[in-house]
Amino acid sequence: MQLKPTIPDDHKQYTTLNLGPTHPATHGIFQNVLTMDGEIIVDSEPTIGYIHRAFEKLAEHKPFYQITPLTDRMNYCSSPINNMGWHMTVEKLIKAELPKRVEYMRVIIMELARISDHLVCNSVIGVDTGAMTGFLYVFQWREDIYEIYEEICGARLTTNIGRIGGFERDFNETAWRKIKKLVNDLPAGLKEFEKLLVRNRIFMDRTIGCGPISAERALNYSFSGPNLRAAGVDYDVRAMNPYSSYEEFEFEIPIGKNGDTYDRFMVREEEMYQSLSIIRQAMEKIEKLQDKTSFHADIPSFYLPPKEDVYNNMEALIYHFKIVMGETDVPKGEVYHCVEGGNGELGFYLMSDGGRQPFRLHFRRPCYIYYQAYREMIKGAFLSDAILTMSSMNVIAGELDA
Amino acid sequence: MNKPSIDQIAEAINEKFGNAILSREEKYDFTVFTIDKSILVSLCKFLYDDERFQFRYLTTACGIHLPDEPKPFAMMYQLHSLVFNVRIRIKAYTTLNDLHFDTLIPIFSAANWMEREAFDFYGIRFNGHPKMTRILNVEDMDYHPMRKEYPVEDRTRYDKDDTMFGREKANFKKLT
Repeated sequence: MQLKPTIPDDHKQYTTLNLGPTHPATHGIFQNVLTMDGEIIVDSEPTIGYIHRAFEKLAEHKPFYQITPLTDRMNYCSSPINNMGWHMTVEKLIKAELPKRVEYMRVIIMELARISDHLVCNSVIGVDTGAMTGFLYVFQWREDIYEIYEEICGARLTTNIGRIGGFERDFNETAWRKIKKLVNDLPAGLKEFEKLLVRNRIFMDRTIGCGPISAERALNYSFSGPNLRAAGVDYDVRAMNPYSSYEEFEFEIPIGKNGDTYDRFMVREEEMYQSLSIIRQAMEKIEKLQDKTSFHADIPSFYLPPKEDVYNNMEALIYHFKIVMGETDVPKGEVYHCVEGGNGELGFYLMSDGGRQPFRLHFRRPCYIYYQAYREMIKGAFLSDAILTMSSMNVIAGELDA
Repeated sequence: MNKPSIDQIAEAINEKFGNAILSREEKYDFTVFTIDKSILVSLCKFLYDDERFQFRYLTTACGIHLPDEPKPFAMMYQLHSLVFNVRIRIKAYTTLNDLHFDTLIPIFSAANWMEREAFDFYGIRFNGHPKMTRILNVEDMDYHPMRKEYPVEDRTRYDKDDTMFGREKANFKKLT
């Protein structure tokens, strides 16, 4: 139920406080008009849309392969997951079969993206409680992850990684070496980070009981991802509706109990270890595979041929032309595909009328849906707790506003 | 309790709502029920409450504009039963003259902003919604930008005339 803007008629002096749109503590462009009784929040009115870029409209005017760069501007802390979620949606539509090796490679990249997302979110919770150190420590690890992306696709933040059907090129030796090094070194780094915060009295006092939400309310607000799991519901798309061969991996889904900031923090911490374990398993599986070379599916009408073939091979030239000019036939139909993004169920609802562009593309952005609960979560809390609640919910402005 | 099959769900809602269930289609891994929009809330309430199904998670909802259909506007809802891991999609169509749906907020709090988004982009209004205002676009916008007749390009730009690459000047003509 929507809360009514209630200012009690009790002759108290209430203050209206404008928090945002640009405020260093909001980590993005969000505005909340707060009604304050001293330091206590009586009511709030969120305004969003400051960086709305009409992605759904733009997507209706772009061929499928040009939509990938739009998706990585949504949750820019874990853009590879967005990119691959989109590729998988199109692959589902065209019923493409992918080699196992590609699926495992995707799993590695998606789990790396999850780690970098959680690193940022958790360390920012530290910053908002006044502990800058951890934030500066873990950014080294995020940098290492970005170097891996760079090795694979050349970009760091807005990655545009992979193609419909696989990857643009195979991982090189340096990429594998860097992944191995990260998987070996990160647990110690995480331990160091945890030593700063997990049993830190100040941190615990600030975060335990801060911005809690019950499992029932969280489900009613369609929470997903770590925020829902912190409230005690073990819903994870990777386990519930496995994609990209996740059903072959052994991993645990950590859950919290109270749904407060501390639980959200701890769920993300544990998920990073699980992600590392998934990456290790994926690398073992790739080692065991007979297939050592394939990095894309055999779908010539969607996957661009190598450039040298375009110049020397008639068939490749035709496919190249057809893909670039959007002349490829796409089946009609509607398809929904969801992946476990950095902050929840990231879904793509694609309606295709057989043309070169989607007829309708709707993004199910997890934080757009759960940010609605923010108003309810901070009602009656201190202003400083509201800041912490927001950073622990991992609300990413780019994803919120699409 | 066992996982309900799609047939069981279809049977139960057909029995309860009869003619108001207009069609059932299989679209990839989803079953799509097209319904008359008058039963939207009662159907969701039924699926929410019934112990056999427990569709208590609204995954997403969005508006759709199909200009060539007799009923050109639609709302799409995706429900998820987390207990049994069943997902279904519900669609309801309406016309431009009757661009109203009932709000789902009493059942799912999450419907609030999804409905506001549909209003913002398609002009679909929701009866009983506590705050039917724009959410992502500026408040003084006088059109609903996701409708198919609105061009993606800025209307004031006349220099972008490259139909070869998908920018259709025809879009501009439709407006004037």
